[in-house]
Amino acid sequence: MTISAAGETRPTNSGIDTEATIPWDDVLAAYDPVLGLEVHVELGTNTKMFCGCATEFGAEPNTQVCPVCLGLPGALPVVNEVGVESAIRIGLALNCEIAQWCRFARKNYFYPDMPKNFQTSQYDEPIAFGGWLDVEIPAESGEGTETFRVEIERAHMEEDTGKSLHVGGSTGRIHGATHSLVDYNRAGIPLIEIVTKPIVGAGERAPEVAKAYVATLRDLLKALDVSDVKMEQGSMRCDVNLSLMPKGSDTFGTRTETKNVNSLRSVERAVRYEMCRHGSVLSQGGSVLQETRHWHEDTGMTTAGRPKSDADDYRYFPEPDLVPVAPSRETVEALRATLPEPPAQRRKRLQSDWGFSDLEMRDVLNAGLVELIESTVAAGATPAGARKWWSGEIARRANADGADVVSYAGERGIEPAHVVELEGLVTSGRLNDSMARQVWEGVLDGEGAPTAVADARGLELVQDDGALEAAVDAVIARNEDIAQKVRDGKVQAAGALIGQVMKEMKGQADAGKAREIILARLGQS
Amino acid sequence: MTTDLTRASAAELADLLTAGETSSVEVTEALLERTDAVDGDVHAYLHVDRDGALATARAVDARRKAGEELHALAGVPIAVKDVMATQGLPTTCGSRILEGWVPPYDATLVTRLKAAGMPILGKTNMDEFAMGSSTEHSAYGPTRNPWDLERIPGGSGGGSSAVVASFQAPLAIGTDTGGSIRQPAAVTGTVGTKPTYGGVSRYGLVALASSLDQAGPCTRTVLDAAMLHEVIGGHDPMDSTSIDAPVPAVVEAARRADVTGMKIGIVRELTGDGFQPGVQARFDESVQHLVDAGAEVVEVSCPSFTAALAAYYLILPSEASSNLAKFDAMRYGLRVLPEGVTDPSAEQVMAATRDAGFGDEVKRRIILGTYALSSGYYDAYYGSAQKVRRLIADDFAKAFETADVLVSPTAPTTAFRFGDKLDDPMAMYLNDIATIPANLAGVPGMSLPSGLADEDGLPTGFQILAPAMADDRLYAAGAALEQRLLASWGGPLLGRAPELSAASTSKEA
Repeated sequence: MTISAAGETRPTNSGIDTEATIPWDDVLAAYDPVLGLEVHVELGTNTKMFCGCATEFGAEPNTQVCPVCLGLPGALPVVNEVGVESAIRIGLALNCEIAQWCRFARKNYFYPDMPKNFQTSQYDEPIAFGGWLDVEIPAESGEGTETFRVEIERAHMEEDTGKSLHVGGSTGRIHGATHSLVDYNRAGIPLIEIVTKPIVGAGERAPEVAKAYVATLRDLLKALDVSDVKMEQGSMRCDVNLSLMPKGSDTFGTRTETKNVNSLRSVERAVRYEMCRHGSVLSQGGSVLQETRHWHEDTGMTTAGRPKSDADDYRYFPEPDLVPVAPSRETVEALRATLPEPPAQRRKRLQSDWGFSDLEMRDVLNAGLVELIESTVAAGATPAGARKWWSGEIARRANADGADVVSYAGERGIEPAHVVELEGLVTSGRLNDSMARQVWEGVLDGEGAPTAVADARGLELVQDDGALEAAVDAVIARNEDIAQKVRDGKVQAAGALIGQVMKEMKGQADAGKAREIILARLGQS
Repeated sequence: MTTDLTRASAAELADLLTAGETSSVEVTEALLERTDAVDGDVHAYLHVDRDGALATARAVDARRKAGEELHALAGVPIAVKDVMATQGLPTTCGSRILEGWVPPYDATLVTRLKAAGMPILGKTNMDEFAMGSSTEHSAYGPTRNPWDLERIPGGSGGGSSAVVASFQAPLAIGTDTGGSIRQPAAVTGTVGTKPTYGGVSRYGLVALASSLDQAGPCTRTVLDAAMLHEVIGGHDPMDSTSIDAPVPAVVEAARRADVTGMKIGIVRELTGDGFQPGVQARFDESVQHLVDAGAEVVEVSCPSFTAALAAYYLILPSEASSNLAKFDAMRYGLRVLPEGVTDPSAEQVMAATRDAGFGDEVKRRIILGTYALSSGYYDAYYGSAQKVRRLIADDFAKAFETADVLVSPTAPTTAFRFGDKLDDPMAMYLNDIATIPANLAGVPGMSLPSGLADEDGLPTGFQILAPAMADDRLYAAGAALEQRLLASWGGPLLGRAPELSAASTSKEA
């Protein structure tokens, strides 16, 4: 038995290739894009939205289920209060109004991965509505950033469906599959759907705005600690609505809804691709079909899904098995007080606290190191030291492993305290930079904490000035020509001598001290 | 043993058990024997759990012997309507689509029966998914009225009322969405209570219409109903619509049976025209009995009740169309593959199964509800019905300003013959005209026997309605009326029911 995709027939644009695209510049010359983004976020609650089942990702199929989330006859839902609180906090963080009184509604349609054949969602009474989110995009001038405000239509609560696995076909999609398996572990996991108002006026920057919106939203949700927002695991999923209207028009065109665009880069590419495809259809005189589209990460293209009309009839009605949600204003204000500093504001504050340049801050942000640096500084390291080690040696090793720094460090148990400890070893004069790198190597290889590694590997700067002076004298004697240059005032020539001294000392010397002695010997101090 | 254990009330059995004059095994065996003897004719049960009931009975007897403190009803057997989920026992809701389904969990109500130590004798017959007033819509054949086997036992809970009326169980669980406890009680000469909406947990009650469904007791005496009500009532965190308040003092009210100074409101819209003369006559007599007992009669008007049936038949099908969507052959129950289709799709299997698995009445209501919820019709149908519902609640509120309880005949007629209304859904629906308003407003209601209609010698029912969470008033008034009626009859009404033949074979449906 296969699960067939709904809708066997679709209208056609005779003679028009609806899958062709035109160049980007041609689209921009003739059309303005209208964007709409729907983001589904799985909440990180311990239990599902309407029952006590666990929500752990990746568990054996159908092991986190009960009569309620399997929709067994007679079972009834009970609202997860933490889910409601998370929804309210998300609404507040998106500058929304919070409903005084709202209800859940049933969205009725048949699908095998939906146990009750209705989804418990919200319809005309969302928990949060009428907000906005400011996103930063690169300024048109090319320098710095500018703010683009995205209006939020609503954020509402609902439950996730189960997951269908289509077996027997080559694509993993429904067409060609011989049968389907359904895992209901995901069924009933709390979801918040965040819907923007139509985003107009982004023009050629629509792809960037879309990406920046999703990225900003992701950061915000992460800061709220309501979801792990892992797009690759599906805990944050984005549907991209897009239409074009002829330049100068203010009548929206027919939109398509590209489903499950699950990386920031894909959001940007999908917007761009659909703009070029719509542009092609429209410029041939055709009409865009209102339909869902599948996004293909590998080809960077979309393909047709199912036709979708505004008349899709889900026969919504208020869920009679649940009582209305009516958060008191005191509750809402108490939740507002728990909101973290908005990520953009926080970034500005940290950059100024840490004294990082724009470039340094951007690198730190791109590498996802803000939290690590923050906790490392809190543990006692200098901001410069924290940045140097996390984005230096540790990042280098992580990259070599094809991992991001945070998970690489997590797997190996590298903690802020290690960085603080190592920085202490350097500032106390026990290690120099190259020794410190060797220590990191040991720490990352699981040999222990920095001091233990330094001890085990016998890494310690030679503190005996006599040995260092002897080495300097020997090097000067062997390099009379260079020594003379230094004596003549070419101080930078001392570098070559320092290198040789360090070699003589097998690296276990303080290069600064070596320089001091060389310059003194050669009459330049 | 002088007492006929099958005819004893639950309260009497409880006393005998406590006094050690009988055992739960003895009682359970007597009832199972009775079932062997009569249920071939009555067909009150869809499934009899002989072994399970006796195992519980033995366990309770052992605990009693060991001197354990037991619940008042411990050891008193009970039958449960087949709409309640029972772990390890088939639960079909009278439908083919759930044939063979054995729930992996117990309804909260069932858990409470088990906790009280009450042996569960079996699951009783019902109209498919509780849609009907006659049990003629059961996919497994109708239940017959013990008073006249050619007549309907009421519905949807005809099995639960008939099992009690035919002395196969002293107690049964029913569910009432528009009268499915009270109307069967009326036509079988038994007692049935629909508690306040939210008073008894719905967790594990396979939903017909979530906002209307309520489980309650089916018994032969008012006190028995109160005792059972107390066992199953009370807050359940698994049911969001469950009321977080103590169960009203129903047993105490039933024992006191006091209506002194109680204002009895006769609902003008629920008497007179359309009610069978014998039904009306017994109602009028019952009112007089209450007056004799010290109550005061007032007349009240509830004008919106005339729109109740119409609103009900929009709200119920709407909710039902959604509640019944889960029966799709994907996870449990019947699975039918479409004929002549190789490699059918999931949708085709769903459609074939629902076509084969649901009866006509269920399909009729799913179609009605789907239509009423459709965009473009929602406001006119579902939306308007909700407004009517509000008006009915307002009518009740106003009526309860002048009356402590409201009364009416439970059903307009006595039990009709099989087939009489099967082809006329509207006539069938009109049977619930007096019971539906209570479901729409969420208030509690009770039906108790008021006598036999002169014209056909069949039982008539007297309905009492009370404000939400004032269920105790039903029992006070019901018990007071019952006392006077019993005195006037010289014994229980069911004593006048014809003897059932003992010729039937044992059955295990």
